[in-house]
Amino acid sequence: MAAMKLEVHIGKLKLKNPVMTASGTFGYGEEYSEFVDLNRLGAVVVKGLSLEPKQGNPPPRVVETASGMLNAIGLQNIGIERFISEKMPFLRRYDTAVIVNFFGDSVDEYAAAAERLSGVDGIHGLEMNISCPNKQEGWCIFGTDPKVTARVVGEVRKRTSLPLIVKLSPNVTDISLMARAAEDAGADAVSLINTLTGMAIDIRTKKPRLANRTGGLSGPAVKPVAIRMVYEVFRAVKVPIIGMGGIMSGDDAVEFLLAGASAVAVGTANFVDPGATTAILDGIIDYMEKEGTGEIGSLTGTAHAG
Amino acid sequence: MSSSRYFRAEIRENRPLNGNHNLLTLANLDPMREPQPGQFYMLQVSKGSDPLLKRAFSLFRRTPEGIQILYRIKGKGTSILRDMKEGAALDLLGPLGNGYPMPSDDQSPLVIAGGIGIASVFSLVEKLSKKAFVFYGARLEEELFMTDELGKIYKELVVCTDDGSCGVRGTVVDVLHDFVKNRDGIQRPVIYACGPHVMLAAIAKAAEAYSIKAYASLEEHMACGVGACLGCAVKTTSGYKRVCKEGPVFDSQEIVWQP
Ligand SMILES: Cc1cc2nc3c(=O)[nH]c(=O)nc-3n(C[C@H](O)[C@H](O)[C@H](O)COP(=O)(O)OP(=O)(O)OC[C@H]3O[C@@H](n4cnc5c(N)ncnc54)[C@H](O)[C@@H]3O)c2cc1C
Ligand SMILES: Cc1cc2nc3c(=O)[nH]c(=O)nc-3n(C[C@H](O)[C@H](O)[C@H](O)COP(=O)(O)O)c2cc1C
Ligand code: FES
Repeated sequence: MAAMKLEVHIGKLKLKNPVMTASGTFGYGEEYSEFVDLNRLGAVVVKGLSLEPKQGNPPPRVVETASGMLNAIGLQNIGIERFISEKMPFLRRYDTAVIVNFFGDSVDEYAAAAERLSGVDGIHGLEMNISCPNKQEGWCIFGTDPKVTARVVGEVRKRTSLPLIVKLSPNVTDISLMARAAEDAGADAVSLINTLTGMAIDIRTKKPRLANRTGGLSGPAVKPVAIRMVYEVFRAVKVPIIGMGGIMSGDDAVEFLLAGASAVAVGTANFVDPGATTAILDGIIDYMEKEGTGEIGSLTGTAHAG
Repeated sequence: MSSSRYFRAEIRENRPLNGNHNLLTLANLDPMREPQPGQFYMLQVSKGSDPLLKRAFSLFRRTPEGIQILYRIKGKGTSILRDMKEGAALDLLGPLGNGYPMPSDDQSPLVIAGGIGIASVFSLVEKLSKKAFVFYGARLEEELFMTDELGKIYKELVVCTDDGSCGVRGTVVDVLHDFVKNRDGIQRPVIYACGPHVMLAAIAKAAEAYSIKAYASLEEHMACGVGACLGCAVKTTSGYKRVCKEGPVFDSQEIVWQP
């Protein structure tokens, strides 16, 4: 069989294969480097960063639920400056795209963060997490109102020429509206899904299990919801989609590609098997061999045919 | 890529010690890294997605063929583990975290275990080869384990139970107070403790009052075990730290103890 083509394009960003890490589940890359050859990944997406360091929420921050987990980390991070000085030197050693996930409390903070990250040697792309509250405007989530989404993405777009991925929140009535707002405002790609807001209560103590009360659900439990959303967004936008939510195997990843994703991200699976990312890549390759697929791109959106 | 901190092991024995505690003997099938007392492992107890996450267990003892884990059957994951038979294989991540800093020659180690906390300190007592003063408490006599084995490796052992059914009646914290007050001969004591949170908080307070250095091994819910998810945070005097990475052993004065 002719050489298989695994390369994918996210705007002007070229990835050697479609498997990336999901933000917040892979630290800053270093934590998993003894288990995974980072050079084999399409991209490393790092933990969400803000201009200033953030403390995060009190414990307990994670609880397990049926085939999934809830997390309320509270966006704890070391801040952009420390990330650049302490973590980037390590990541630059690898021949893998580095995508920095970031967020802010206000439109200005998003824009300033994007500007600061642009031009840093070794950062290949940005992923903006819009599932955070807008401190200036009544704490509503940036990613749940298409007008607010358009404004924040538009301001960020003005301040960076790096490939810009907008990470969508699934906690909305119609995710394709948000995807379109992001695309219209200049996003080069959209990624989905972020975690689904959920809750678990301890029937013995009669109190929520997470100190923060609510948290974000991830893992195999969310996969059908994520697949449906990728499928819908594929119909709504032209920009590439990065699909995620409960991917545990190569077959799961293929399902996302068929629904409309051009690339995939692996999150919670890293906690189950620290080598999950490359195992999933191998699984995709196996599938392509069995199906005689020459080019990964030919799988994208195939489930829409007919 | 097979790494020495992610390896497979086979169950050699899964022995019930009482109704709800087992001693698990594992033989590593892949090369494994040498553990230190106080470090821990994450065990995958199921092949499917429920339960999904690995469970954290302290190194109980290093054996020639692998490691042992002493565990309490608590919920779903440990119930599955209890039912696993000899010959079954498990995936393990570890050794993880930092172990107990060893005392210097002129220090007297006081090792304090509450309940299942013995699992974490047993190998420390072993390594201290007859230097350790061990205070070991449990609610009931049936929940005191390995006292015969401990007998061979400690310098002095005080056991206590809440109801006095075995040893002293009271808690290890009471024992600690008595010990410090009545033994002026003890040179530069240093405490190593593992047990319920309330016990550790009380020990931290006592240690502060007596100006004794104390190390405490903490537990927190975990997802990754390797410092990546920030799920296992504990509040310290210098912000949140990760139990799996900066811990599980902390200087007790560093922890902001929750009431
Ligand atoms: C560093 C460390 C060392 C430990 N060493 C031992 C040991 O040597 N022996 C032993 O019996 N137990 C030990 N524990 C506690 C052990 O991890 C839990 O009892 C076990 O995870 C319970 O799983 P379960 O599915 O049976 O319980 P469930 O209550 O059904 O578990 C639900 C979820 O909560 C988590 N969880 C529940 N209790 C704890 C806890 N106390 N700490 C952390 N996570 C918890 C589980 O991992 C799981 O994700 C240790 C915990 C940590 C963090
Ligand atoms: C512990 C944890 C932390 C996360 N942190 C972030 C984050 O900082 N920024 C972000 O955009 N998404 C974050 N996510 C969401 C994941 O990137 C991903 O969208 C989600 O978990 C679904 O994928 P999965 O089911 O494969 O984990 C986090 C998820 C988890 C489980
Ligand atoms: S368990 Fe993930 S950081 Fe400690």
